[in-house]
Amino acid sequence: MTPDMLIAAALILPLVIAAGIAAAGKVPNLREGITLVGAVGLFAIVVQLTLLVASGQRPELYIGEAIPGLAFAFKLEPLGALFAFVASGLWIVNSFYSIGYMRGNRERNQTRFYICFAIALCGAMGVAMAGNLFTLFIFYEVLTLSTYPLVAHKGDAAAQRGARIYLLTLLGTSIGFLLTAIMWTWVLAGQNLDFVEGGLLANANLSPIVASSLLLLFVFGVGKAALMPFHFWLPNAMVAPTPVSALLHAVAVVKAGVFAVMKIALYIFGDELLQATPSREFIMVVACITIVLASLIAMTKDNLKARLAYSTIAQLAYVTLGAMLADRAGMLGGSLQIAAHAVAKITLFMCAGAIYVATGLTNISDMKGLGRKMPLVFIAFFVAALSIVGIPPLAGDWPKYELMQGAIDGGYDWVPAVLIISSILNIAYLLPIPILALMPPPGSKPPKEFKRPGGAPWLTVAAPLFTAALCFVLFFTVDTLGDFLAPALATVDIDPEVNIP
Amino acid sequence: MILESLLVSAPEWAIRHASVLIPVVPLIMAPMLTLSPSRRLAWILSIAATAASFYFSLLALAIVQTEPGGVIEYWIGNWTAIGIEFRIDALNAMVLLIVSGMGFLAAVFAWPTLVAEIAKEKIALFLSAFLLCFAGLCGVAATGDAFNLFVFLEISSLATYLLVAMGASRDRRALPAAFDYLIMGTLGASFYIIGVGFLYAATGTLNMAELAAQLPALSGNRAVQVGFAFIIVGLGIKAAMWPLHQWLPNAYAFSPSFVTMFLAATATKVALYALIRWLFTIFQPDIGFEQAIFTWVLAPLAIAAMVICSFQAVFQTDVRRMLAYSSVAQVGYIILGISIGTAAGVSAGLLHLFNHALMKGALFMAVAGICLNYKGTTIRDFAGLGRSAPFTMSALAIAGLSLIGVPLTAGFMSKLQLGYALFDHGWWWAVLLVVFSSFLAVFYVGRLLQTIFFEAPVNPRKNRKEAPLLLLVPLWVLALANIFFGIDASFPVGLANDGAVAALGMEAFQ
Repeated sequence: MTPDMLIAAALILPLVIAAGIAAAGKVPNLREGITLVGAVGLFAIVVQLTLLVASGQRPELYIGEAIPGLAFAFKLEPLGALFAFVASGLWIVNSFYSIGYMRGNRERNQTRFYICFAIALCGAMGVAMAGNLFTLFIFYEVLTLSTYPLVAHKGDAAAQRGARIYLLTLLGTSIGFLLTAIMWTWVLAGQNLDFVEGGLLANANLSPIVASSLLLLFVFGVGKAALMPFHFWLPNAMVAPTPVSALLHAVAVVKAGVFAVMKIALYIFGDELLQATPSREFIMVVACITIVLASLIAMTKDNLKARLAYSTIAQLAYVTLGAMLADRAGMLGGSLQIAAHAVAKITLFMCAGAIYVATGLTNISDMKGLGRKMPLVFIAFFVAALSIVGIPPLAGDWPKYELMQGAIDGGYDWVPAVLIISSILNIAYLLPIPILALMPPPGSKPPKEFKRPGGAPWLTVAAPLFTAALCFVLFFTVDTLGDFLAPALATVDIDPEVNIP
Repeated sequence: MILESLLVSAPEWAIRHASVLIPVVPLIMAPMLTLSPSRRLAWILSIAATAASFYFSLLALAIVQTEPGGVIEYWIGNWTAIGIEFRIDALNAMVLLIVSGMGFLAAVFAWPTLVAEIAKEKIALFLSAFLLCFAGLCGVAATGDAFNLFVFLEISSLATYLLVAMGASRDRRALPAAFDYLIMGTLGASFYIIGVGFLYAATGTLNMAELAAQLPALSGNRAVQVGFAFIIVGLGIKAAMWPLHQWLPNAYAFSPSFVTMFLAATATKVALYALIRWLFTIFQPDIGFEQAIFTWVLAPLAIAAMVICSFQAVFQTDVRRMLAYSSVAQVGYIILGISIGTAAGVSAGLLHLFNHALMKGALFMAVAGICLNYKGTTIRDFAGLGRSAPFTMSALAIAGLSLIGVPLTAGFMSKLQLGYALFDHGWWWAVLLVVFSSFLAVFYVGRLLQTIFFEAPVNPRKNRKEAPLLLLVPLWVLALANIFFGIDASFPVGLANDGAVAALGMEAFQ
C-alpha cells in the first residue's frame, strides 16, 4: 500500500471494526474475534507507517478543505508515529485483557463497550496523524465524545456523575480555551494551521504578551493533559470499567493530551518562540506543582484506582514540563515519557482490574497479604511501580534522566529537585502496595477467599505480565527510540543560551 | 454543477420570471386552498406551491451565480424606475433558498401534526394561512422596494398571528401569546413604515438601489438619521433582537408544533436579512454614524442576547421554551457577526443564519414528532425516549450537538468563522463571550440529551413511539445536512461569502 492509503486505512479500520462489532453483537465469540483481529491489523498498519517514518519518509494524506484554509490533512512525523505505535500496540494487549475482565466481571452492554473502544482508537489515530491543528482538534473531540459512554458504562448515579464531569471538563476546556487558541492562531498565522517544522508562528513576530496568552490558552485548553487545576476529570473517570482506565485513561486519552501539548510546542510555537515566551516558565511551575501536589494527594487515597489516577496526573505533568523546557533533552525526555509511562501505568491498572475481578476489592488497605494468593499480579505491579519511580533497568528511568539534563541545560536547577522529590513520593505511595501484599506484616489477617471461583481469569494476569516485561525491553531499546525521535527534535537547540545567568 | 444543469433545463419563461414567481406562486395558491374539496388535497397543493418556490429559488441562485453582474433586476409590469422592483443578488438568493427550502420541508412534514393538533374543518384554512405567511416571507426577501418590503412583512405577520393563535386548541395560552405577538409585531411594522416615511421625505424614492445611491450625500440629514433608527428598531423587533424579543418565547412555545418549526427556521431569518440589507446595502457602514452604532449598540445587544438568553435557556423546564430562548441567543450570534461590519463578519453571520435554520428546524421537528403521540413537552417528559424512539431522538441529538457547536457539525463551522472574524477585527474579548455562551449551550442541550438517553421514563405506560415516517424523512434530511455541512462547508460558506460581497460591495474583500 502507498503511504497515504496506509494512513487512510489506520483511520478507517477502527470504524470498520466498530461496524463489525455492532453486526456481530449477538455472538460474543465472533465479536471479540473481530476486535482482536482488527487490533492486530491496525498494529500491523501502524508498524508499516512507523517503518516508513524511520526511513525518513513523512507519509501524508490530504482529504479536502472543510472551508477554504481549513483542511482535513494528515502527516505522520516521529512523535505521532510513537504515539500511534504505543496506542495501537497496547490496544492488542488491552483487548485480550478486556475479554478476560468483561467476561469475568459479567458486565452488561459489552457490545456498546467494544464499539466505543474501537471509535476511541480511531480518535487516537487521528490525533497522532493529524497534519494541522484543525484535524487534531476534530479527532481530539471524537476521542472525548466516544469515551463518554465508556465512562458512563455502569449507568448508575455515580457513573453518570463521573461521566458528566468528564464530558463537561474536557469539552469545556477544549471549546473554551483550545478552540479560542486555534482561531487566534489561524488569524495570527494568516489563515494557516499546519504543523510546520521549526514552528508555524516562528516568523509571526508575536509580542511576548500575545505569545504568552496564546500558550496559556493552548496548554490549559488541552484538558486531556490534566494539568492542575483542570485535572479533576481524571479521578472522576475512574468509575469506568478498568480496561477503559487502563488503555484510555493511562494511554490513549491522556497521552493524546500531552502529545498535543508537545506537538503545539514543537510545530506551532517552535523552540525559539517558546524560549522567548514568558508564560512558559509559569507553566513549568504549574507542572511542577502538579507533580508534587498530585503525588501528595495520591498518598491519601485508599482506593487503588484513585491513587493510580493521581499518579497519572503527576506523571503527565512530566511531559508538559519537558515540552515547556523547550530544549532538546527536555523535549526528548517528555517524548520518552509518553511511551515509558504508558507501558508502566497500563500494567498497574490491569493489575488493579485483575484484583477487582478476582476478589472484588478496591481498597489498598484490604490487600495486605493478597500477594500470596495472586503473586504474578503483584510482581507485575511491583515491576511497573519501580518503572514509575524511575529505577534502572526499567523504562521510567530515561525520561527522568533526560528531563533533568534538559532542566540543567536550560538553567533551571530547581526542576531536578522537584523530580527527585517526585521519585521519593512515588516510592512512598506505590511500593508499599505490592510489598505489603507480598510480605504482609506478621499477625495481619489472611485475605478473604476469592469472590470469583478460580481467581482472576488468566488473560487478566498474562496481559500485565507482558506489559511489565515491556518495561525492561523499553529500557534497553531507548537508543533506537532516541534515534527514531531525533529528526523531530533536530531543529531544537541543544543548549539554549537564554535564561543561563 | 447541479445548479448549472438546472439552469440549462429550465424553460425560458421560468428563467425570466423566477424572481417574482417565488412569492407569487404561493400567494395565488393560498386563496385556492380554501376552495379545496378535501383536506389532503389542500396539503398536497401546499407542498406543490412551496416546492415550486424552492425550484424558482434554486433557479434564481443559479442565475445570480452565473450572471456576470450577479444581480437579477425585475420590474413588475415593466414599469421601469417608477414601479416595484424585485432585485435579487447573492445575499437574498441565499435567504430565499433557506426560506423556501425550509418551507418545503415544513409543508411535507405538516400533515401528521395537523391531523393531531388542528380541528378537521380548519386544516385547509390553516394551510392557506401558512402559504400566505410563506409568500410574505419570500416576498420580503425578494423585493427591492422599501415599501413593498413592508407590505410583504405585514402579509407574513398577519398570517403568523393567526397561525400562532391556532395553538389554542392544545393550550389556551396560545391566545395571549398570539396577542402579544400581534402588539409587538404591529409596533415593529409601524416603526419600520415610519422610518421608510422619513427616508421617502428626504429622498423621494422607495426603491432600495435608488435610496442607496442618494443616502451617502444625506448622511448628516436628521430625517435620515431618525428614519434609520426607526427602521433598525422595527426590524429588530421582527428579528427578536435582544431586548425586543419578548414575544418570541411564548409564540414558539404555544403555537402548533408545525408553526413553531416553520417560524423558527424562517421568520427571524428574513427579518435579519432585511436588517443586513438596510445596514449594508442601503445605508453604508462608512457613513459616519453607523460604525458607532455597530460597536456601541448592536454588538452589546448581541452579546447580551448570547449570554442572558443562554442562561435563561438553562433554567427552562419546557423543551420548546428552552429552544426558543436558545433561538434568541443564536440571533445574538448572527447580529454579533453583522456588527463586526467586515466582510468576514457578515459572512460568518450569514453562515450561522443558514446553519441555525438547519439545526433549529431539525430540533423543533423532532420535538413535534414527540408531541404527536405523547402530549408533553417538559424535559421530564422526554426521559427515556432514547430507547423508545431512537431514530427521532438521535436526529435530535445531532441537531443539539450542532447547536452547541461540536466539531463535525454545521454549528462548529459557523462558530469557527465567527471566531475568526472576531479575532481578525481585534474583538478577542467577544470570542471569550461566544465561547462562554457555547458552554452554556453544553449545559442546556446536555441536560436534555442526558434525560433522553440515560434516565428512566417517568410514566412508562404513556404512549411513546417513533415519529411517523412522513416526519422522520424531513427530520433526517436536516440532521444529515447538519453533519454534511460540518464536514464539507464549502457550499454554505460560498453562499455566505457571495452574500457578504453582495451586501458590502466587492472592495470590502480587498
